[in-house]
Amino acid sequence: MIDFFITPFTDYVFLRRALVACMALALGCGPVGVLLVLRRMSLMGDALAHAILPGAALGFLFGGLSLPAMGLGGFLVGFLVAILAGAISRFTILNEDASFAGFYLISLALGVLIVSTHGTQIDLMHVLFGTVLAVDRTSLIMVGGITSFTLLMVAIIYRPLVIECFDPGFLRVIGGWGSLYHFLFLVLVALNLVAAFQALGTLMALGMMMLPAVSSRLWAHHVWSLFLLSSLFAVISGYVGLLLSYHLEWPSGPSIILVAGLIYGISLVFAPFGALKQQQGMV
Amino acid sequence: MKYSPRTFWNHLTQSHTPIHCQPGPISIHLEKLSVSYPKNPIISGLSCHFAAPALWGIAGPNGAGKSTLLKTLLGIQQPKEGDITFHGFCPCDVAYLAQQNQLDRRFPLTVGDTIAMGLFREVGVFQKYTDIQRKKMQIALEQVGLPSFSKTPLQALSGGQFQRVLFARLILQDAPVIFLDEPFTGVDTQTINDLMGLLQLWVKEGRLVIAVLHDLDLVQDYFPQTLLLARHFFKWGPTAGVLTKENMRAALTASRSWESMAGVS
Repeated sequence: MIDFFITPFTDYVFLRRALVACMALALGCGPVGVLLVLRRMSLMGDALAHAILPGAALGFLFGGLSLPAMGLGGFLVGFLVAILAGAISRFTILNEDASFAGFYLISLALGVLIVSTHGTQIDLMHVLFGTVLAVDRTSLIMVGGITSFTLLMVAIIYRPLVIECFDPGFLRVIGGWGSLYHFLFLVLVALNLVAAFQALGTLMALGMMMLPAVSSRLWAHHVWSLFLLSSLFAVISGYVGLLLSYHLEWPSGPSIILVAGLIYGISLVFAPFGALKQQQGMV
Repeated sequence: MKYSPRTFWNHLTQSHTPIHCQPGPISIHLEKLSVSYPKNPIISGLSCHFAAPALWGIAGPNGAGKSTLLKTLLGIQQPKEGDITFHGFCPCDVAYLAQQNQLDRRFPLTVGDTIAMGLFREVGVFQKYTDIQRKKMQIALEQVGLPSFSKTPLQALSGGQFQRVLFARLILQDAPVIFLDEPFTGVDTQTINDLMGLLQLWVKEGRLVIAVLHDLDLVQDYFPQTLLLARHFFKWGPTAGVLTKENMRAALTASRSWESMAGVS
């Protein structure tokens, strides 16, 4: 038992680091993901996640495969693209999702181009699918820092953040700085996507946020309990995913996301607000 | 409300309407107000005056600019021309109830959490709710007929109950001026009667209440003052004098002629 569940992590430093990174990621992504789902911003999250790639690629050009350089580039370019896409849909007749889809395809292509012309096939795989097993000390500190900052921020602006999610017009009408909190929240989303980028790559970074968040919604009906559950699901996904990837020699990123997907599937069927219970007429 | 990149852009670029504020008894004055979306005039040349205490209904055909007018008064929509002057209050003193479909009725909050938002200006980001404020919340719940619902999750409420909760939030906001956008759509008769009583109570307390309604019977039965609005056509004053057959016909013609002009069928 212990051999199966614990020994891999005591024997290998890289697995231990990966586990700590996943835990940190899970704690930050839990609350942010829940708010993202409640604010109905999944599409926005998707676009942000992809928009990180060209920035990260630029960081890769200058700093190689180091998370701080790629993270900074990704954060800045991700934000820029989000603003640009908003402007485009405002000033042209293009539909919102269309303009966003366009942007993230361009981002993806540009990112892949930069990485493949200046790096190897393996670098490209790392950028697209993540390298949680290659997390080093610096990256670990960065992920931990982002998580700590996220949790602190969420705790500090919890009340207006929830109001802003429930009724976006409310704070604005009463002069309550709605846009400020919204902006801070977007910063948190971008930061956590950058953190998840290292572990899961640009294609699956959002998975650590979305899947646990939607699963938790099927179990609970308080914002705070959703936060806790979502983080818990993310932690479980991280741990079980790494375990599977070690024993079965699966790639780590997809394993983690698939475990999160499995939790989602189970929740869909068996949770209090899932298919079975709703069928029986319980609310 | 679904979140989209456009919402995001609007968030970043929003600026506040130049609404003038002046001292004096509470009233709103509109002078030749025109509002338009790009290449699409919505309201043109609207001048009128709302003074507290009063209960105003805004009536008019679909797409005649009723909600747009409220949004302009709130500073969400920019006017093209004209002046808006608030006497005796500032824009952030307004309490606003948006159309019900703007909110997610399955949002994971309890009734208590939701109405507590009404106290946000008092408690701010960090403060705890005091005993007095908790008592106020309980009284507000009793006023809307939901005394024991404080711990109930929103998703367990009916449409009428949800609307009562939003009214309790309005009570707690304690605003001198209250805007309501279609407050009685999809709400049962009993609830309409109860909430109507609340509107009348607010007027007795000296507030200015303005509600957009598509149901003319409701306006006729309950609202002493009416603004009939159809794009460039408008009439305002005591309801009986405004909702006459000729005026209604003129309003319909005004909004129809616009539709044919803009090529909307």
